[in-house]
Amino acid sequence: MTGLLAIYRKELADHFSSYRFIILFALIAMVSFITSYMAGMNLKENLEGVAKPKFVFLMLFSTPGALFSMVQFVSFFGPLIGLVLGFDSINRERAHGTLVKLVSQPIYRDAVINGKFFAGVTTITILLVSIVLVISGFGLTILGVVPGIEEIWRLFVYLVISIFYISFWLGVSILFSISFKGIATSALASVALWIFLSFFVSMGASVLANTVAPVDQKGGTGPEMVIKNTRIKEGVSLFSPMVLYSSATSTIVNPMQKTTSSLILMGPMERISASRFQNPLSLGQSIVVVYPHVVALVAITLICFAISYIIFMIQEIRM
Amino acid sequence: MVSETIIETTDLTKNYDRLRAVDRLSFRIDEGEIFGFLGPNGAGKTTTLLMLLGLTQPSGGSARVCGMDPLRKAKEVKRLVGYLPENVGFYGDLNAVESLNYVADLNDMHKDVAKEKISEVLEVVGLAGDARKKVGDYSRGMKQRLGIAEVLLKDPKVMFLDEPTLGLDPDGALRVIELIQSLNQDRKITVLLSSHHLYQVQKISNRVGIMIKGKMVAEDSIEALGREKFGLGEERYTLEEIYMKYFQEV
Repeated sequence: MTGLLAIYRKELADHFSSYRFIILFALIAMVSFITSYMAGMNLKENLEGVAKPKFVFLMLFSTPGALFSMVQFVSFFGPLIGLVLGFDSINRERAHGTLVKLVSQPIYRDAVINGKFFAGVTTITILLVSIVLVISGFGLTILGVVPGIEEIWRLFVYLVISIFYISFWLGVSILFSISFKGIATSALASVALWIFLSFFVSMGASVLANTVAPVDQKGGTGPEMVIKNTRIKEGVSLFSPMVLYSSATSTIVNPMQKTTSSLILMGPMERISASRFQNPLSLGQSIVVVYPHVVALVAITLICFAISYIIFMIQEIRM
Repeated sequence: MVSETIIETTDLTKNYDRLRAVDRLSFRIDEGEIFGFLGPNGAGKTTTLLMLLGLTQPSGGSARVCGMDPLRKAKEVKRLVGYLPENVGFYGDLNAVESLNYVADLNDMHKDVAKEKISEVLEVVGLAGDARKKVGDYSRGMKQRLGIAEVLLKDPKVMFLDEPTLGLDPDGALRVIELIQSLNQDRKITVLLSSHHLYQVQKISNRVGIMIKGKMVAEDSIEALGREKFGLGEERYTLEEIYMKYFQEV
């Protein structure tokens, strides 16, 4: 336990004093500021003279600013935080000859990897929480709306999911830093996996769906085929953690969103009632909608860490 | 005085795929001695040290360090044994005191005790004047001495020193060797010294072991080995002559 604490403290100090963290933090803070400022301005303009809808405050996070909303920004840029914090965690020590010195101290070997992982998770948590708080404070002055209890809870759930999502990428990069001796190799490998899972899986999903269940763009296809196509597309793209995460968080942050599916087939009566009675979901119901996504996200994070843990424990450390 | 055995191995073996790095190794080291651990590169010396520390699992045989099995009681063994690896590395952005503080932290040392011990060991290894300099700016000799300071910090009963004088200039090597000798005499630390500098090993060690291709081909005092290899004679043989003789035979 003491070894774990010592390593945790050292890693945390390293993270917060490293240039790469400061650069990353500055970048994220800047983009979040601009995004939420523009989102705030847009909101203010659109809500001028209109009866205020519910959950205005959350819209600060879900309304696109210039190009993307805050939620979207974290979903594609967040992985980079995890990767940057972990890609050289083990192999840098190996390259400098400090790893064998570390494990020859009276500590258990898992203290090394646990300490590094938890220090990374703590760094991610501090980073995300501070950014969300800063944006909230900023939003208070722009919008002049105080968040309700439900909105605060939703932001809290959003933060928890985000921390798991970024920790997954931290786990991936630690895994690569254990398996690859070269620091550049592990950095490239983790970036490659990030690009593949985040961008190419969704592309592959639509290619696969169109091959298995082709849909005629002119509308000649029956509804069964359209449903099949969408099911395949959505099923395959769930292999991407980014899709898992963005479906989960967009539902949490936007209470009006009642499903993660992009295709909703409705009869004429349903359509009328849906458009006339737009009631938000309660937080509990929103969580129920994205429960599978969240569980999957937590599971892949833990599996990824478990694999690195096992490899590290049986690996021989000579250098 | 009858000294106690502090390290003992029986048929210690380590296989890597097809290669047998350590082959049924049996030797012992008594408390308070300096044991010179010799052998060509790749003879399996480092692997043996790693097995004695419990960092590598032996394929066969057993080892006892301070009466404990290093595999089962890894943490306890590592508390008593200080290991200075070959080409020891440091965090270049820390200074000597910070490096030692981290080691003290890992050893669960109280802050006040650590502070006192750190200035003491820095004094012992002669780095007190450079304590606030970044380790990245240290010379090789200073780094080796800092490595020894890190080992000393936990008051070890045994020190494993793997090539502590490798790549040092003659003056630096001499300082390290003299430091090892004084630690052995003043603090009664048992030393297992692996080195290629035979002259220095001869100067300070009580007994030597010669390991070639995973086997311990000789283990005794230098005089005894000389007598065994060259017969009874008036002249004393240098360790180098003895070593080469063994090496040519294998």
